[in-house]
Amino acid sequence: MSALERESRIHPGDPRLDEGSGAGRGGPRDRRRTSAPVPRFGHGSRVPGWDEAVDLSKDPALIPDPSTPVPAELRQRIEAAMAKYPDRRSAVIPALHAAQQLHGWCSPEAIHQVAAVMQVTPAYLTSVATFYDMLETEPERTGHHDVYVCTNISCSLRGADPLLEAMVAAAASSDGQVHVRSFECLGACDIAPMASVDGEYIGPLSPEDAPRVVEDLLAGRPVLPDRQLRYRRCADPEVAEEAGEFGPPQDLPRADAAGLGAAERATDRPGPTAAIEVTEDEARPEEDSR
Amino acid sequence: MKLLFDRIDEPGLNTLAVYERRGGYQALRKALEMSPEEALQQITDSGLRGRGGAGFRMGQKAGFLPHGEMAKYLVCNADESEPGTFKDRELMQKNPHQLIEGIIIASWAAEINRAFIYIRGEYAQQADILEAAIAEAERAGYLGERILGSEHSLTLVLHRGAGAYICGEETGLLDSLEGKRGNPRLKPPFPAIEGLYRGPTLINNVETLSTVPHIIRMGGKEYAKLGTETSTGTKVVSVSGDVRRPGNYEIELGVPSRHIIYELAGGPPEGREVKFWFPGGSSSPVLTRDDLDIPYDFDSMAQAGTMLGSGAIIVVDDSHSVLEVAMKVAKFYAHESCGKCVPCREGTNWTVKMLRRIEAGEATPMDLDIMASVQEQIIGNCLCVLGDAMAMPIGSMIEKFRPELEAEIEAARRRAEAAELHEVIALGVADPEAGPYPVHSAH
Repeated sequence: MSALERESRIHPGDPRLDEGSGAGRGGPRDRRRTSAPVPRFGHGSRVPGWDEAVDLSKDPALIPDPSTPVPAELRQRIEAAMAKYPDRRSAVIPALHAAQQLHGWCSPEAIHQVAAVMQVTPAYLTSVATFYDMLETEPERTGHHDVYVCTNISCSLRGADPLLEAMVAAAASSDGQVHVRSFECLGACDIAPMASVDGEYIGPLSPEDAPRVVEDLLAGRPVLPDRQLRYRRCADPEVAEEAGEFGPPQDLPRADAAGLGAAERATDRPGPTAAIEVTEDEARPEEDSR
Repeated sequence: MKLLFDRIDEPGLNTLAVYERRGGYQALRKALEMSPEEALQQITDSGLRGRGGAGFRMGQKAGFLPHGEMAKYLVCNADESEPGTFKDRELMQKNPHQLIEGIIIASWAAEINRAFIYIRGEYAQQADILEAAIAEAERAGYLGERILGSEHSLTLVLHRGAGAYICGEETGLLDSLEGKRGNPRLKPPFPAIEGLYRGPTLINNVETLSTVPHIIRMGGKEYAKLGTETSTGTKVVSVSGDVRRPGNYEIELGVPSRHIIYELAGGPPEGREVKFWFPGGSSSPVLTRDDLDIPYDFDSMAQAGTMLGSGAIIVVDDSHSVLEVAMKVAKFYAHESCGKCVPCREGTNWTVKMLRRIEAGEATPMDLDIMASVQEQIIGNCLCVLGDAMAMPIGSMIEKFRPELEAEIEAARRRAEAAELHEVIALGVADPEAGPYPVHSAH
């Protein structure tokens, strides 16, 4: 195993798993299945490799040589990020994000390249990458789609758990193209239960919508455009009244909303809030249903 | 009365052209004509209290920063991760220039030349919108050197996080912004004295800073007439959970909570009743349906033993069990604990384990006392309040719903026993006619 390779998470098939611990305390309760079994390693520890001695014969991973080959675009993005801060180390998260976009995950190679440009140790970058949920330290297929299903309180009160199950089941047929995971509160409890699909917030979703989400993703279509958060109007009734002063809101088509029929448009939603260039004839007043 | 949400659904409000047409950046011009001390005085006079959770007075906080030439920083906390909170998302997405204007004015008042917006990584769309707005403001001369010909210069950088609740804690946020793991720091020194890059740092929430242009426009004393005496102004409240119209509502502080939950958000679904509610995000101790008439402001909530927090109301109706909600809360904080302080790291995990015991039918009513004592031992014993944020709501649930939890313990125990008996019968060991306990036959 090279210095850069490492194992960071518990694998069910881990040879270090300790079969004997965790069970066999005796008594009638042993038969009772309670919660999901926790993988146990040597002496019942939940941390793999805690009892493995450090290999002192190995060379420490030092700051890589600045001349290490790094893809030009990645180098340029990292250098631009470093220039924005008084201390270059502030650019660690943007740099790892950029490397993850290129490599699909924070692979040893990606970490090595970032370390070479930023002139920090790979260990430092690894310590940061393992802390944050959005930085992947496990191999991922490049070009995959991410579906984060929010399972926190507000969403779970409205049925996030069955939604997650349905989403996992629907993604099972995607040959690893669609990655589904539960996520902590994504800050969109107004459209609960919801999911962030490749960064696009969509909701409210029901378990029946799950196959459609996966289909749309695999086909490269915008996912459930009528339920995207970007088109949602403010819930405050007084705000809705005030919006009338400026004439009916214009439903500006999104650049990628091609093929979306008029019937599918969310008629109670204003135009997108991001600036989108629209020619005169494309922009047309929308029939306000309110 | 709408300030922050004033015509927020106007198409194109995120662009400089529309924002300026509506009078945007006029407050900045007005502020730049004042001296920094005068601008700060307006903010102090307004009585504006921080909208992120702690409710500390912004004018006072900005006043803690030392004066004079030195590297000082302003950080806008846009790492909105408190479960149930989504007000900053709507403010940034629909009216980014309001926030930018607030940041420029606040940095003038506190004599700061370098500002950052730390936005959570999941808000990719809002980050793109803000980045475009910052670029527009730079081109128009609202950011950069000698803004609008004044003495004030400011660079503003948007920093995207990568998904960690703890980075919403101000010192955890600073470490994360410095490119480290987001572990909270020991306080004091407080960030106002030693914060980002060890320089004095003013940290404020998105909503707080978005309010600043309105304070300058109206005048601090005029703004203070809104709301109650100690909780001035308006507040955006995020209502979610079991209500018919979840969403953000801008209210004047001090309105009855019932008005927000029933009249604005539509109350719980047909045939359901409010069982309990979180008044300020999942970190706040819960209130019951008897508390619905408490005015919604900082001090009334504190008197009721809870807090206004981030202003996120989560309503739970009578179709859900307390145990189910407690489990979600505890699991969340156990996952998000950074692991630096033992009471939080262990306490959150033990609470999850004890709740699992209840579910599995292995608990006794005494476990509730043990769980309550674990909560007490977390509170006040850590560097930051993440552990407290679990301990306070869980503690309040045990206190207010003890009979229900005890019934739950008993019901789960019976279920587990029945399941065990089934297993025994299936193995052919016991006689199903013999009653719930297998009886050994006499020799």
